[in-house]
Amino acid sequence: MDKLLNDFSPGLFLVQTILLLLLIFLMVKFAWKPIMDSLSEREEGIQGALDAAENAKKEMQNLQADNEKLLKEARAEREAMLKEAREIKEKMIADAKGEAQEQANKMVAQAQESIRSEKQAALAELKSQVANISVEIAEKVVRGELADKDKQLSLIDKMLGDVTLN
Amino acid sequence: MRIVQKSIKFLTVLAIALCSFHGFASDTDKKHDTQDDGGMINTKEEVEAYILHHIQDSHDFNLFSYTSDGERKHFGFPLPVIVWTSGGLKTFMSSEFHHDDSGHEIVEKGDVKLTKIHGKIYELDAGAAEVKFDADHHATNAHKVLDLSITKSVMGVLLVGLLLLWWFSSLARQYKKRQVPTGFGRVLEPLVLYVRDEIARPNIGEKHYRRFTGYLLTVFFFIWILNLLGLTPLGFNVTGQLAVTACLAIFTLVIYTASGNKHYWGHILWMPGVPVLIRPVLAIIELAGALVIKPFSLLVRLFANISAGHIVVMSLIAIMFTLKQSLGVVGATGLSLVLSFFITLIEVLVAFLQAYIFTMLSALFIGMAVEEAHH
Repeated sequence: MDKLLNDFSPGLFLVQTILLLLLIFLMVKFAWKPIMDSLSEREEGIQGALDAAENAKKEMQNLQADNEKLLKEARAEREAMLKEAREIKEKMIADAKGEAQEQANKMVAQAQESIRSEKQAALAELKSQVANISVEIAEKVVRGELADKDKQLSLIDKMLGDVTLN
Repeated sequence: MRIVQKSIKFLTVLAIALCSFHGFASDTDKKHDTQDDGGMINTKEEVEAYILHHIQDSHDFNLFSYTSDGERKHFGFPLPVIVWTSGGLKTFMSSEFHHDDSGHEIVEKGDVKLTKIHGKIYELDAGAAEVKFDADHHATNAHKVLDLSITKSVMGVLLVGLLLLWWFSSLARQYKKRQVPTGFGRVLEPLVLYVRDEIARPNIGEKHYRRFTGYLLTVFFFIWILNLLGLTPLGFNVTGQLAVTACLAIFTLVIYTASGNKHYWGHILWMPGVPVLIRPVLAIIELAGALVIKPFSLLVRLFANISAGHIVVMSLIAIMFTLKQSLGVVGATGLSLVLSFFITLIEVLVAFLQAYIFTMLSALFIGMAVEEAHH
């Protein structure tokens, strides 16, 4: 301890104190202050850049979501349009079919009508011919077989039986 | 191109330094070599004395000494001596003592007689012609003077101060041009960030750390570089000087005492939460802790670690001489080399560790002083 105290140099202590004070002052002024300022400025810059990137990313995500939504909407619209078109097509086909059917039905009905009237006309003509023929037959029968009454009758019957109405 | 410029600068410095070495190298001291081997250091006692001498501050910058033709030659250069004596301020070069360290060489400056004993400069009492020693080898007719010399330690401080200023101001200038430093600045920046983010910030707290970062950074690099310089063959032992570590510790003491807030002083002088009768006793203990024990632990830890490191490394180197008889030249040299190599590696670690611990504890003490009340 005695030796330690003997070794302690007050002069060195004084010089060291002055030099250290000077060194701290100079270092703070010319080194630490600008370095610290630059470092925190840089750190803030980096933080700002990171935040900006994060924001950009979020915005991007939002945009992407918007895009997706738009796309979905567009797709839905397209679907709807396609569906509508299909429906219209089907309806048109169905309408056309219906109309054609109607037309056909009408034509068929007309045809039937005309057939029926033709038939009626034919029948009427037939009837009149039958009547004529009958009269002729009757004339012949009457002429040929007026002697036999029974024969005349059976002849009429037979002749009538031969005559079909169609 | 820059490399060329730098090497030219370096060579110039080296040339100037070598010139002065040469001038000083021819300076031998024939007078006081009483030993017949011409001052060679071979025995255990001589080694011990040599180590203790190295641990001390010195007025010369001695790089190495050797003996040729029975003459002890010193290779190095003298440093200026600046002393405050009874006759006022006296300045001269330390070469005037002719490497004498025992009080034989007396330098007369005006009417003041000065001599050097064990690294200290003494002024002889009026009328005394030579120094008289008592039985304990203390000078009886001379007294110490206030020695403001540029000693080896002061030179070390100046050197490191200039180095730090150069390195870090150039780093500071780099930031004006670019965001990320290049070259040596890229090495320095992480160290600065380390001190700020690992030492200052966690110990002092987010709110106050900026005010103290300058001091902590200065002290950290100052101690670290000086510790490392002490491991070079230049033989600096600045952080192993009590005066230097005491100065550093007192700076820390002044800073945390001056910045202590109400909460801090309240806890020292009138500790809340303990019985009133115990409070004055605690106040004494706390005051002693804050004003004496904390700085004392700082100054002794650094001083003791660095001095011990120097003593151990030098003792292991001395194995080369002291065990030459028993192990032979090759054995003793090999053992000495291996052991001192590993201890030097450890010392490199210690150099950083002690700088870290000093800065860390300073930050911790400051942090305790500025801590806000949180109840």
